[in-house]
Amino acid sequence: MMHRQAVIVGGGPAGLAAALRLREKGVQDILVLEREQLLGGILRQCIHDGFGLTRFGESLSGPEYAQRFIDRVKAANLECLTDCTVLDITPEKVVTAASRAKGLLQIQADAVLLTMGCRERTRGALATPGTRPAGVYTAGVAQNYINLQNIMVGHEVVILGSGDIGLIMARRMTLEGAHVKGVYEVQPYPSGLPRNIEQCLNDYGIPLHLSHTVVDIRGRERLTSVVVAQCDERFRPIPGTEEEIPCDTLILSVGLIPENELSLAAGVELDARTRGAFVDEHCQTQVPGIFAAGNVLHVHDLVDFVSLEAEALADSAAEYILKGSLPACCLEVRAGQNVGHVIPQRISGTRSFTLSLRVRQPLTDVSVVVRQGDREVLRKKMRKALPAEMIQLPIRAEKLTDSADMEVYVE
Amino acid sequence: MKRTFTCIVCPNGCEIEAEYEGTEVFSVTGNLCPKGKAYVTQELVDPRRTIATSVRVEGGTLPLASVRLTRPIPKARIFDVMREINRQTLTAPVRIGDVVIRDVLGLGSDVIVTKHIEKAQ
Repeated sequence: MMHRQAVIVGGGPAGLAAALRLREKGVQDILVLEREQLLGGILRQCIHDGFGLTRFGESLSGPEYAQRFIDRVKAANLECLTDCTVLDITPEKVVTAASRAKGLLQIQADAVLLTMGCRERTRGALATPGTRPAGVYTAGVAQNYINLQNIMVGHEVVILGSGDIGLIMARRMTLEGAHVKGVYEVQPYPSGLPRNIEQCLNDYGIPLHLSHTVVDIRGRERLTSVVVAQCDERFRPIPGTEEEIPCDTLILSVGLIPENELSLAAGVELDARTRGAFVDEHCQTQVPGIFAAGNVLHVHDLVDFVSLEAEALADSAAEYILKGSLPACCLEVRAGQNVGHVIPQRISGTRSFTLSLRVRQPLTDVSVVVRQGDREVLRKKMRKALPAEMIQLPIRAEKLTDSADMEVYVE
Repeated sequence: MKRTFTCIVCPNGCEIEAEYEGTEVFSVTGNLCPKGKAYVTQELVDPRRTIATSVRVEGGTLPLASVRLTRPIPKARIFDVMREINRQTLTAPVRIGDVVIRDVLGLGSDVIVTKHIEKAQ
């Protein structure tokens, strides 16, 4: 069996950033496994700009952002196997992978870094009634066809869900000559970023219908129409509000799910709220030596923050690999009032870390409060807090105690 | 006049309340940085956007190279620029930064490649 100090599962933005930081920290023996032919992950098909504003201070396209990391990975001579699919990870950190070039591989790792990203919710997850014609795609699949394979997906388009990829694809398809008739969102507020509503929909006169959903999909071989309806506050369609919209394409942008099948095989426990692993402040899962960061841990809005999180992971993983252990994290971090979830879910109370959270619904003029018992660790005023925007707060060690659990709430 | 703008300069997406008359801005509130005020002023005078799309590549490992503009162009010219870009074909290999069209339609912006495409074996 091969041995590596660190095996990184996934060569997207999180995996590449983690690999580079591990090497900087003195870990020599690193292997990145990527199932696609090329490194870069989902950024390869995200050709729009707006990436890298935080990290590089300029607005790059996804492929350019990825290439900056790929160039450094190549310069550092880091070992990357592409076209190589990981099949299994054990709690003992044995990674099994298959590739056409190398056959079946078994690698004993000191540390395994989970950076597999996320995937899209599909029509099956929504249980939308109707026939099963061609012409129904998730936004990311449409993006792959149009941006990587030069295949136009349709002409008359309806979009269900206001996730960022759906908004980006509304603009992209419009530029390519399609007619995007509207975006329908079941919730009373958009799930994508405000700037994408502005520059992808408003700029092109594409209407956004909140509190609406698709209640029927029609067509035999190709989609011919969808039926949309208004919804009440419990997301139930309101009878009598149905409207049939002729179209040949339905794009679904209804959420992203961290891709954790391999994590489960490794015995990693998942948080039902993030659908990613429970982690401590070291990005370590409940299985010692198995770490997770990026969209596999919780879905991010911005790749810049994926890179940062993966680098924080790598700092801890390097310490684990080189010293053999990390400080225990015995304190729980709980999501309180108005908070959907928090990352990390456990801390030591002795070290600085970055706290990530999302609010449950849009709020204005609020304060995010971080407490340990009677001690107020941090209070941050915010003019607006949206579920579409992840909130990240640096928490400094000197403000912490190692004797009380933490609660995070918004008031 | 009063209007609320959503700034698109960065992911903060500030909601900016602006008071203005014609193209003269009297006050802006809600922006976290000076770029917000510049954005509002630009929106009133001459709204501009960048676009990203792709260009066909012959003899490459992928059929398309992604491209983008180096500077924003007037919003009303977006589809004119798309037509220009759609006329182009590149031959592999292409590299990030290769200029596909210099000063597209005289608008002061270049169309550049944003993805390396190797020559097919």
